[in-house]
Amino acid sequence: MTFARRVLAIAWKDLVAEWRDRESLTAMCFFAFLVLFLFNFALGGDQTLIRGAASGLLWLAFAFTSVLGLARSVQGELANDCLDGLLLYPAEREAIFLGKLCGSFSIILLVELISFPIFAVLYNMDIWSQLPKLLLITIPATLGFATAGTLLSTMTVGLRAREAMLPFLLFPMTIPLILAAVRGTEVVLRREAFELAMPWLKLMAAFDLLFLVGSLLTFELLIEE
Amino acid sequence: MASTDGAAGFPGVVPAVEIRGLVKWYGAHPALRGVDLCVGPGEILALFGPNGAGKSTLLRILAGLVRPTAGSVRVAGFEVGKHSDGVRRVIGVLAHGHQLYETLTGRENLQFAATMLGLDRPVDRVAGVLAKVGLEAAADGRVRTFSSGMKRRLALAKLMLREPRVMLLDEPFTNLDLQATKLLEEFLMASKTTGVTTVLATHNVTMGFAVADRMAVLEQGRLVFDARRDEVSRESLRSLFTIQGELWGDE
Repeated sequence: MTFARRVLAIAWKDLVAEWRDRESLTAMCFFAFLVLFLFNFALGGDQTLIRGAASGLLWLAFAFTSVLGLARSVQGELANDCLDGLLLYPAEREAIFLGKLCGSFSIILLVELISFPIFAVLYNMDIWSQLPKLLLITIPATLGFATAGTLLSTMTVGLRAREAMLPFLLFPMTIPLILAAVRGTEVVLRREAFELAMPWLKLMAAFDLLFLVGSLLTFELLIEE
Repeated sequence: MASTDGAAGFPGVVPAVEIRGLVKWYGAHPALRGVDLCVGPGEILALFGPNGAGKSTLLRILAGLVRPTAGSVRVAGFEVGKHSDGVRRVIGVLAHGHQLYETLTGRENLQFAATMLGLDRPVDRVAGVLAKVGLEAAADGRVRTFSSGMKRRLALAKLMLREPRVMLLDEPFTNLDLQATKLLEEFLMASKTTGVTTVLATHNVTMGFAVADRMAVLEQGRLVFDARRDEVSRESLRSLFTIQGELWGDE
């Protein structure tokens, strides 16, 4: 019970701080819009080309945008030595990781939900009837991205070039996840049978499980010094 | 002068803090070069030294935030590094940075701390410590709007919430007004009577001398002085503080 309370307390703290500051949220939403707009602009008016590339462009936008939020996940705790304060609580390290993960996941997912209408308008896509299926792809992909990102944000927190190192490590590591999310979204946007997305969903689930277990096992080692 | 061998000073008593042959290197730079020190239960040790002497590193090692290169450290019987959970349960740290979330209110910061500490009746406990530090009226304002002194008081309230057995204080008198300094002094004295051990690193000779039972001086990572308060005068201690005509402290 105390474990769950601690997880929720950390997530609550991060979400309240983000809601009041809206520092990451505003930057992430604006960045997502900008990336989607620029890709759309670069492809010109060729609707066939746009529709063919849409799912890939959507997930590139989400991947770039997520880094902004993930960078603040653990690195944001450096202000006023709050990270030290957090580590000095007699709390399970797993609770700290899961709390940070829940906070990051919620913020990234919120930005993605805000980005969907922008994507629909810019790329002239009718996504609303497909929204539940789209969420079935988005949620595990976001969870994987948030898990890997929280872990890598922890790994790089002690580095001087931490902000540059995070995307440098995160993007290569999440290639299978991005690929699965792109392919799964493609199936949904083309209105093909959802069974075709199942292998990609399984890949995402395996990625999420692997990183979640790996993160819980290594977080203590990584966070201490 | 008391010896720095520590345990000899506490026959039959398990030291609250026991440091043996402590060495810490940051890359090629030695921060601590073989420190031996024991602090008894209920004792207040003031640790003086110039910037870069290793005071903060020593406190961070005691708190389990930094791993030593060599040597052993025990806090309240728990070996730091091996039984870190135990160490974290018994220590309270007042760090140089206030460790408060500026977007949260003062009360929210303490409620978060109470949840993380797993305290019973957190609302009452938080209200109690806020009253002790005189921040009830300001508690619902965001910490970002607090003055430096108010932030230090709130950090002190967070420390009180923990009810630690060993307190590690890094420059605790910095940014405190007279009233808050008195509050901290009273808190240290009250904690001492309940057997709480305190190690405080400070530049402030006057305050360190006022509250401590024992003084130690760290210089270039070595313990160069260790004496009980009744064995040393403030003037002789202050004279130790002058290196090449410059005073270390902020006095």
